[in-house]
Amino acid sequence: MAWREDLRRVRVIAWKDITTERRSKAGFNSVVALAVTILVLFGFALGPEAQALRDAAAGAMWLAALFAGVLAFNRSFQVELESGAIEPLLLYPGSRWTILAGKLLANALFVGLMLAIVVIVGVTLFQVAIPKAWPSLLGLFALGAVGLVVLGTFYAAMSSRTRAREVLLPLLLFPMLVPVLLAAISGSKALLTGDLMHEAGAWIRLLIAYDIIFVAATLLAFEHVIEA
Amino acid sequence: MNETAATMNVPRSRAWSLFGVFAFVALIAAQAYAVLTSPADRDMGHLQKILYVHVPAAWITFLAFLVVLVYSVRYMLRGQEKDDLLAAAAAEVGATFNGLTLVLGMIWGKPTWGAWWVWEARLTSTLVLFMIFVGYLALRSFVDDPQQRAQWSAAVGAFGAINVPIVYMSVRWWRTIHQIQSSPSTMDSAYVLGLRTNAIAFLLIMIYFIRRRYELARLRRATELIADAAALGGM
Repeated sequence: MAWREDLRRVRVIAWKDITTERRSKAGFNSVVALAVTILVLFGFALGPEAQALRDAAAGAMWLAALFAGVLAFNRSFQVELESGAIEPLLLYPGSRWTILAGKLLANALFVGLMLAIVVIVGVTLFQVAIPKAWPSLLGLFALGAVGLVVLGTFYAAMSSRTRAREVLLPLLLFPMLVPVLLAAISGSKALLTGDLMHEAGAWIRLLIAYDIIFVAATLLAFEHVIEA
Repeated sequence: MNETAATMNVPRSRAWSLFGVFAFVALIAAQAYAVLTSPADRDMGHLQKILYVHVPAAWITFLAFLVVLVYSVRYMLRGQEKDDLLAAAAAEVGATFNGLTLVLGMIWGKPTWGAWWVWEARLTSTLVLFMIFVGYLALRSFVDDPQQRAQWSAAVGAFGAINVPIVYMSVRWWRTIHQIQSSPSTMDSAYVLGLRTNAIAFLLIMIYFIRRRYELARLRRATELIADAAALGGM
């Protein structure tokens, strides 16, 4: 029943991170505040013409989520590094990948909540009409969030332990996330305008492939990265 | 693993110096041959000559990144520091050729397409590849512990390589106007030999550069290990 033990470990680590965050709230609140601020700034850069805002809405929402997300990813390891809790965590028996999986779950929850707020604020500020195909849009956002969280958390496991974590994480992460951003932004844009060219499906398939490849790759490589 | 100053030390061999001289002579000869013998293109005129630097540089970029991938995976499997240093040397050389490819492409694009930059699939993915290389090299410079640096850059190098085709696909769907890839069958035979000889010359240059950077990295590690041993009072 080794896999059942592993699943329990994943759940415990996710729950630990969620509890820490729920009790302090400082991290989540500031990350959401930053995301909303970025949205407002995009409004200044692109507005105030309604059509221009509507066209850029998908891109602005995803970039706001990305920039704010970087802070959340660095935080998820920083708390443990500051209190010296990462070594004891590694000393517990069991597979190391469960640590990453647990952190992925917790981060997915944070980023999912943040994205929900970003979408509500973005739809309001950028005067976007909710399309009929909103369930597909929801699915696309979920898939995009998974891609963001998987590589964000993995690279944060390295960058948060270096001298220059604030610079290094975006430098490593942003080029790797180009496919996710292109697919999420183009797919959202297509769905928001009625998907006349039937391209949203292709973007969703690209996101699914990306997510599967990098979930598998990060879980395999995590052992090497956290050990060092 | 557990390298000592003695095993790390690589004396600079005369054979490699000769190889370097040969590589540069080959490059000069191949360039001179291609530029002097190729006729002016019907549409592009002598602008076509940039082909002999731009295309080999692009091929070498991808080849160097392949070397990074192979040695990164090998490091993850076997944990030998030499593999890590070779991957790093290939990444430096690859990034240099990548930058060269981009700049030459822009110089060619301005008169041909009328713009220094167009958001087209191959251009954009080459730029993203360059950014991935820059991230890889930045990571290396920010991590001091050699084992940590090796483990992490192996993961980053392998992930970057996995991502290249996905980036290419995504940018291609996003937008595309680049001309269809030339192959010997679409290219006039007057240009093919010049391109092939230059590709070989660039390959020799790449091998020479990677070897020299690798030697340098090993010498640096050897001095670090000697300094460590001296600090511990073992010398």
